[in-house]
Amino acid sequence: MNATWSRFNITSIVLGFAFLYLPIVLLVVFSFNESKLVTVWGGFSTKWYVSLFHNQGLMDAAWVTVRVGVISATVATVLGTLAALTLTRYTRFRGRMLFSGMVFAPLVMPEVITGLSLLLLFVAIGMDRGLMTVTLAHITLTMCFVAVVVQSRLVTFDRSLEEAAMDLGAPPVKTFFQITLPVIMPAIVSGWMLAFTLSLDDLVIASFTSGPGATTLPMKIYSQVRLGVTPEINAACTILIAIVAVGVIAASVVNKRREVQRQLDEQAAQRG
Amino acid sequence: MSNAVTAVSASPATNDGKTVPARLVEAFVGRLVIIIPYLWLLFFFLVPFIIVFKISLSQTAIAMPPYTPVLDFRDGISGFFAGFGELNFDNYAWLTQDALYFNAYVSSVIIAGISTVLTLLVGYPIAYGMARAPASIRPTLLMLVILPFWTSFLIRVYAWIGILKPEGLLNQLLLSTGIISQPLIILNTYTAIFIGIVYSYLPFMVLPLYSALEKMDHSLIEAAKDLGCPPASAFWKITFPLSLPGVIAGCLLVFIPAVGEFVIPDLLGGSQTLMIGKTLWNEFFANRDWPVSSAVAVILLLLLIVPIMLFQRAQARAQEQDK
Repeated sequence: MNATWSRFNITSIVLGFAFLYLPIVLLVVFSFNESKLVTVWGGFSTKWYVSLFHNQGLMDAAWVTVRVGVISATVATVLGTLAALTLTRYTRFRGRMLFSGMVFAPLVMPEVITGLSLLLLFVAIGMDRGLMTVTLAHITLTMCFVAVVVQSRLVTFDRSLEEAAMDLGAPPVKTFFQITLPVIMPAIVSGWMLAFTLSLDDLVIASFTSGPGATTLPMKIYSQVRLGVTPEINAACTILIAIVAVGVIAASVVNKRREVQRQLDEQAAQRG
Repeated sequence: MSNAVTAVSASPATNDGKTVPARLVEAFVGRLVIIIPYLWLLFFFLVPFIIVFKISLSQTAIAMPPYTPVLDFRDGISGFFAGFGELNFDNYAWLTQDALYFNAYVSSVIIAGISTVLTLLVGYPIAYGMARAPASIRPTLLMLVILPFWTSFLIRVYAWIGILKPEGLLNQLLLSTGIISQPLIILNTYTAIFIGIVYSYLPFMVLPLYSALEKMDHSLIEAAKDLGCPPASAFWKITFPLSLPGVIAGCLLVFIPAVGEFVIPDLLGGSQTLMIGKTLWNEFFANRDWPVSSAVAVILLLLLIVPIMLFQRAQARAQEQDK
């Protein structure tokens, strides 16, 4: 135990994490409630999960959300990685200030502004609102988050590896795919996951930019919450939390294993 | 194929052995790295703001889209300039006439300001505790702070409804332990909004604070202690100033989005509370008044432009330091 880790520090961490996790735990617990009330325990039951899967509206919305999420996260990862490369590798070009401004501003921009402005763009260019417009909107938002994640990895990247490859005659494009890309891959993967969850999560921008037939899950949950709180929504939320938790834990296990492997390789290399 | 080969071999080789066409291709690919995301952001981020500004100057119309176009290129350049004469600032005048909007802006800034201070007060001890934790468990603690961020914002706000309701879990607990005799009315008040914002934005505050505090050299505190400095003044003279970049970044990350927050005031604040994000939403979805909601967005953006620029500068400085 670290001597400077006082009782005060431990208490504040425990209380802080209780504050962060208690509401989520309660939400999950009450999704298994027999009673229709979400705050009074009436016994264990999984009936809300059964009725959830018979709720065609929610199921359709879930399918829309997954499609939007996968497509937008994938495109956003490519664009965000390019933006990160631009930010770290090209320190001098005309309009760089504007570019970095456009990458960082969406991170904090209130969603109502982003949503409204994108909707007005789609109307101005005569694009019908639907799956396509939500996807484009999500790409624009999430590529900036990907750019920040990938950029933080690129900043610490040892460029002598690239220089060595180029000195040995590899052209820049090949160098990128064989040296740079594998090294920054973990950042790209976590960028993709972040983009996917942000897309999965978004209510405001989706509400502005989607049209008939493209109701996403958060939009559906929101409209149901406004009508009243039911355990069915708790069940839907629990499933979403479970998916995200499994994804995050799997990613961290894979990362950890890769890290251990790398250390073993280094030790082996040092021993010769 | 053979043509290409002869073309390449015929071109004069430069000093590092590369041919001119190959260099051109490389330069072009290098440019594409910049051009593709640049054009995307220009078209989907900057142009929309110009359109919002344009529509905020147009008149409401009962049509689809529900506004009359201004500054249209349909009549050519001369028509575009003629349009300047027809610009109307009625929507902005309307915002000043109806006290609702002014009050909504002011209360949004105040609510966001108070929430930011509360988040700092809650987040600082957590970040400090994490930074002082044994190095072996720090990554785990860090993941535990980030994890809620991965679960849906909407879900986390929704979870608080069940807790804060008059017959909700908090009141059940307090009533059964006899701390209170009447249920507390928290849901649909400003208190609920504060709780919602502090809860939802806490990771945004803790992460920059933690990264500032973790870098700090703890021997400075020990030196101060050895020289007889009491812990409280050592904190204010050493720890806090050193963590200031984290404090600033964290506060901006909470304050800016909180001003325009919609989900939290809508679900936890009820109809009695006033925030500009909700006003904009209602103006757009309930009243279908696109020009006025555009004007509301333009003013909100002007209000936030200084904090957003401060945030940019803080980001750029942090990036410089990482190098």
